[in-house]
Amino acid sequence: MGRPDWSQGAGGGPFPGIYFKRVGTMDYFLELFFGGLTRGSIYALIALGYTMVYGIIELINFAHGEIYMIGAFTGLIVAGVLGTLGFPMLGILFVALACAVIWSAAYGYTVEKIAYKPLRNAPRLSPLISAIGMSIFLQNYVLLAQTSDFLPFPKLTPDFAFMEPLRSFVSTSELFIIGSTLLVCVALTLFIKYTRLGKAMRATAQNRKMAMLVGVKVDKVISATFVIGSALAAVGGVLIASHIGQINFYFGFIAGVKAFTAAVLGGIGSVPGAMLGGLILGWTEAFATGYVSSDYEDVFAFALLVLILIFRPEGILGKDSTQKV
Amino acid sequence: MQQIIRALLVSLWFMFLTFPILVIKVDTINDIIVWRWMNALYIGAGVLLLQALWHAWKHVHALRKEDRDRDAVAWAVLVCLPVLWLAWIATRNTDKPLHVADKVFMILVAPLWLVDFLRSPQDRQPDWHDWPCMILFPPSLLVRAYLGLFRARGEAVSIPGVEHPNLLQTMLENQKAMRPLYLLLLVLAVCYPQMVEFYQTNIMVNFMIWIVLGLGLNIVIGLAGLLDLGFVAFYAVGAYAYALLNHHFGLSFWYVLPIGMVFGAVCGLLLGYPVLRLRGDYLAIVTLGFGEIIRLVLENWSSFTHGPSGISNIDRPPFVTDLSIMQATEYMYYIMLGLLLMTIFVVTRLKNSRIGRAWLALKEDEIACQAMGIDKTKTKLTAFALGATWAGLVGVVFAAKTTFINPMSFTLMESIIILSIVVVGGMGSIPGVITGALVLILVPEWLRGVEEYRMLAFGAFMVMVMVFRPQGLVSARRKVYQYDKAKAVNAHE
Repeated sequence: MGRPDWSQGAGGGPFPGIYFKRVGTMDYFLELFFGGLTRGSIYALIALGYTMVYGIIELINFAHGEIYMIGAFTGLIVAGVLGTLGFPMLGILFVALACAVIWSAAYGYTVEKIAYKPLRNAPRLSPLISAIGMSIFLQNYVLLAQTSDFLPFPKLTPDFAFMEPLRSFVSTSELFIIGSTLLVCVALTLFIKYTRLGKAMRATAQNRKMAMLVGVKVDKVISATFVIGSALAAVGGVLIASHIGQINFYFGFIAGVKAFTAAVLGGIGSVPGAMLGGLILGWTEAFATGYVSSDYEDVFAFALLVLILIFRPEGILGKDSTQKV
Repeated sequence: MQQIIRALLVSLWFMFLTFPILVIKVDTINDIIVWRWMNALYIGAGVLLLQALWHAWKHVHALRKEDRDRDAVAWAVLVCLPVLWLAWIATRNTDKPLHVADKVFMILVAPLWLVDFLRSPQDRQPDWHDWPCMILFPPSLLVRAYLGLFRARGEAVSIPGVEHPNLLQTMLENQKAMRPLYLLLLVLAVCYPQMVEFYQTNIMVNFMIWIVLGLGLNIVIGLAGLLDLGFVAFYAVGAYAYALLNHHFGLSFWYVLPIGMVFGAVCGLLLGYPVLRLRGDYLAIVTLGFGEIIRLVLENWSSFTHGPSGISNIDRPPFVTDLSIMQATEYMYYIMLGLLLMTIFVVTRLKNSRIGRAWLALKEDEIACQAMGIDKTKTKLTAFALGATWAGLVGVVFAAKTTFINPMSFTLMESIIILSIVVVGGMGSIPGVITGALVLILVPEWLRGVEEYRMLAFGAFMVMVMVFRPQGLVSARRKVYQYDKAKAVNAHE
């Protein structure tokens, strides 16, 4: 398995053949562009979960990266079982996605009930530590129940014939990831804007006590937020795992930290901010890797974050929260 | 009945939840699928058992005031299980290591002891009809009995400034009870390397390094309330300062120790200055970013830091004569013990000083602080710098102890563990930080025998402490300034 392992921040990245092309050609630029877009889409999918949870209960849900990892593992297991039964490729993809979404959502829901709900009124750092503990627990649970090795993930997206002319700079699975992310983001935006539950979520995020007073069932809204965030992360997990072709129990942690960075970059608590932050982070990493040096990929990402936050402390699209007396 | 149905449903939910990951194992290379149905059964039964124990525990505690002899069910469950467990251990084949019993203990009994210890009311003395508790929860009973030696029975205990004191806290606050314990601890600490193997001494040095790191971060988070997720960077600065100065210029440990502290403090100021405008979680993520940047630079700037392969052959602290490795470890132990005692002394003094009170005030309310004339920037920067000083100091010790460092010792996970030590122990409390390091560093180290379940238990433990005791094991107690009328009158006259 000589693939570069981008999930651990080891440089390289999911850009096949990147080092053999001439720097400066249009193809090279487009490849980086789409590679960054793919990566950014995944960051955005995970970041949405962070930002929604943060918007509602002001908690950095460190276990979110693990939910994403569990989604990918569920996808792998389901794909493996269906694969031996001889299902067609696209069928496997959809069933694996559905199962990953269901189980990730279940994990998100349970984690919230066990580790965060009893801490609603606790000091601010307690749920954070509880989340870190949950993250360590889930990592080791998967490590013990499955394996610590890298598992090869089957390729689930077929190569379409009409993609042939574009193959030099974008692959089908990349288009698939970008497309699904776009779809999910639009659906989520509409959901939050127009449905009853979406309105309840916005109300709870604005002011929990007031929302409770006007009859919003706050506990249910919080559970729903965790379920939706986990489902989004699961979609990202299965798609990226199928794209890079291998997973292990640790691959959620760094991806989670990066996605959280993206959420903060865009302004934590803001849904469009998470999408924008994910894309900016994805492109920064891709172009920095491609044009400058692959060793310092993460340095660029974090340096960008530090710069943006120093000049705009509430993130790009975040609300200015001036402290009042 | 309803409770039973509920318990069954919860069990079923967990069986469903763990189904794909725990039951199915896919080998995608050979296309083989392994079904492990027994795991699902274990999970179901385990969750049921945990719920039964939990309800029984709640029951016994609720019944304490009433006549609990009537409740046969709780008795049966509570008494039978540990008896069965003890019987299991007693009859097991003594040639084999304690594996299964260890696991049962870690998963079922230890958590209950912990919950009991953390939650049981602190002012109760043991009496004869506590006997199910005596069998089930010996730790809390022992502490109660010990406290009983020092005060009259039934005397209510209240600790000013602490909301829900638990047994541990009560003990720590009871000066009379603690004095002999402190003395015993000090004697033990001094004799320790003579009593145990070389390996245990080494673990203890590590433990003390983590305590000092925790105490340093405690200044930043516990006192000044600034969430720093990149604290390990300062530790790395200290370690690399010693490694590089030693490598290039041959400077010895004792010269670099103060230099490392100064480097740590300077880095604290440099990193602290630009980020002070940020609040709360933004500060957390930026410090996390800084920590990662420093690690990545250490990893990639090979000409300066020797890259991922690290720096080896760092000198140990010099002594008048040459020391063997074992003697050097002992020497390191005493150096670290001295540094630890110094740290505890300085941090205690700092906490009640003018600047310490300014930190606490700043944590409570920034705007009110500025109105009172406290310089916000200066106060925050001092917190950053003083916290980083200790990290720089132990960084030097760490490099001298291991004689080899590389960037892998300074990852985000280390920052997270230091943070956990502070929060699990109890923010702002010095005995708390020590307790936190004890349960998060020393106990897992001792549990290396049950290697594979160690980290699982570690994560579960962190969640449990936070759920049952969100303010940490030992909550911070602020110094209370009381108005003494007689004294005031005297002074006036």
